Amino acid sequence: MIKIVKRDQPSRAIFFLTPVLAIFLTLAAGGLIFYILGFKPFEALKFFFIVPIADMYGFSELLLKATPLCLIAIGLSFCFKSNNWNIGAEGQLTFGAIVSGGVALLFYEQEGFYILPIVILAGAIGGMLYASIPAILKTYFNTNEILVSLMLVYVSKLILDYLVVGPWSNPEGFNFPETRQFTDSARLPLLFEGLRIHAGIFLALAAVVISWFVFYKTYLGFQMKVSGFSLKTAKYAGYKGKKMIILVFLISGACAGLAGVGEITGPIGQLHREVSPDYGFTAIIVAFLGRLHPVGIIFASLVVAITYLGAETAQIFMQIPKYTGQVFQGMILFFLLASDYLLFFKFKFIGSKK
Amino acid sequence: MIIDINFVGLIIASIMASAVPLILASCGELITERSGVLNLGVEGMMIIGAISGFALMTVTGSLIIAVFGAMLAGVLISTIFAFLTQTLITNHVATGLALTIFGIGISAMIGKNFVGIPGKEFPVLFEGLKDTMPLLSPILFGHSVVFYFAFALPFITSYFLKKTKIGLIVRAVGDSPESASNQGINVKFVRYACILYGGAMCGLAGAYLSMIYTPQWIENMTGGRGWIALALVVFSTWNPIKILIGAMIFGGLTIIQFHMQAIGVRIPVQFLTALPYIVTIIVLVVISRDSRKIRLSTPSSLGKSFYKDN
Repeated sequence: MIKIVKRDQPSRAIFFLTPVLAIFLTLAAGGLIFYILGFKPFEALKFFFIVPIADMYGFSELLLKATPLCLIAIGLSFCFKSNNWNIGAEGQLTFGAIVSGGVALLFYEQEGFYILPIVILAGAIGGMLYASIPAILKTYFNTNEILVSLMLVYVSKLILDYLVVGPWSNPEGFNFPETRQFTDSARLPLLFEGLRIHAGIFLALAAVVISWFVFYKTYLGFQMKVSGFSLKTAKYAGYKGKKMIILVFLISGACAGLAGVGEITGPIGQLHREVSPDYGFTAIIVAFLGRLHPVGIIFASLVVAITYLGAETAQIFMQIPKYTGQVFQGMILFFLLASDYLLFFKFKFIGSKK
Repeated sequence: MIIDINFVGLIIASIMASAVPLILASCGELITERSGVLNLGVEGMMIIGAISGFALMTVTGSLIIAVFGAMLAGVLISTIFAFLTQTLITNHVATGLALTIFGIGISAMIGKNFVGIPGKEFPVLFEGLKDTMPLLSPILFGHSVVFYFAFALPFITSYFLKKTKIGLIVRAVGDSPESASNQGINVKFVRYACILYGGAMCGLAGAYLSMIYTPQWIENMTGGRGWIALALVVFSTWNPIKILIGAMIFGGLTIIQFHMQAIGVRIPVQFLTALPYIVTIIVLVVISRDSRKIRLSTPSSLGKSFYKDN
């Protein structure tokens, strides 16, 4: 007989093993979905997860997609660790892109080493400003941050749409909904000739290192952890709850804003309607899959980035609809959450005698 | 300027029509939340309902199969949420988000073959009475059965929660799962039921969008309505009658865009489209500012997992 027993303590080994289990379960379920859709499961999975990264170009594309995911997820881990549900990173990314794009346009056809740092800073500030709205409303008006941050995603996309169609649209652009191309001095340098991977990856790596330091080596990291476990305890210990809420939102807003900068000054080079294929939402999954741990998030961002590439490849080679990527992303989170059960419970085999 | 009174009636009727999906989804979610479960997957369940309804209508040709099929699809997808949050004790917020992402993906995948197919005409009731009264006729008559159901639902929900024994049980489970459990109520079962009911209503809300309101399938056609429905539940302070008021306000904001553009008001269209989202935020701030009132009306165990050792 098998009995389910609650563990005295969550298992640490399982904490880091279950994401791997979740990935395998997702692959299995994905194969099943492909089979139902009438494709050969193994071939489809191969086109989805192996073919896209089989060459140098594919690998560069993988890093290109993983960069914003990693950056945003690192920022979100600050929020999620301290029990703040910022799910509007997509909006903070968009607003960061708007502000930095606006600054980049100011330097149209100008050259100078100082331009790129200003543009990057503008993006971070834009993201912070936008994230401060749900933070301030939460702390001073008791307003649900989930709904506010999410509503702001829609608003930011409409602001972007207004700008690229209207006042910021390229005067020589035949009414295409896009701005002028940014000057080279406002573009993140490419790392290799012929590949799209750009210097934005260093922003992501810096975020990883800094967040590791903050989480595990500072008082703030400790405070965040305690608040995440129990708000009551945090209050009892006299932590300044409001300040911390605003701080974690600003950090995650800055990261999302930087991801926005990376997109528009990296591969895109201008503002147009779609600066992000929902990186801000997908990064939520990355943050959880990476267990809110900086190193875990690196791996998770690579895994989830494959779903973006795989969806494109599978569409080209097998006419599998590209939304399969989103289905995979949703499934990863489902399976991850489900396998968390093993953290808190264990199966105990009991002899028939009892 | 002469205002045609029937035109006013038509505008009110169109506001009501755009309020229907919000009322359905909010009333469903309200029951779920009253049992202590926060399901953020409303948007995902609605979009699943929208594609299921439209696909079934196109394939089978039967409107009845399509409407009930959409509700069943909502139930099925919410079963995933119920299993995860109730049986595997997962976090409500994360699971709901997963449900929305998954739902949007699946719906687009199924919907690929249904883009550009024209919808069917959905029969309306009391069409013969349409010219009997000025102002009131367009408001009262000539709508789909789902429309009438939606406007009755807040009252039914209110009666259910206040006057029936099952409603009392749902509230007890939401306010104090421990004591409800001690009274011999199966908390897990009640919550499962409330989640599945919420799924059915969200499925119906989606079907209304794709089969009646804009009778066609457009990718991502719920466009944030699921999230607004969630906000409406907070706005209503968990009182179904107030959902009616809130949904009418948001319906009005949606409709006003079209008329402002028609009159030729020079406001960027993006600003008008953003209005419902901005107003949602403002309304949430106004409602939530009074933290004491919110605390009193929120189901006490909302979003918290309940686990009984056995």
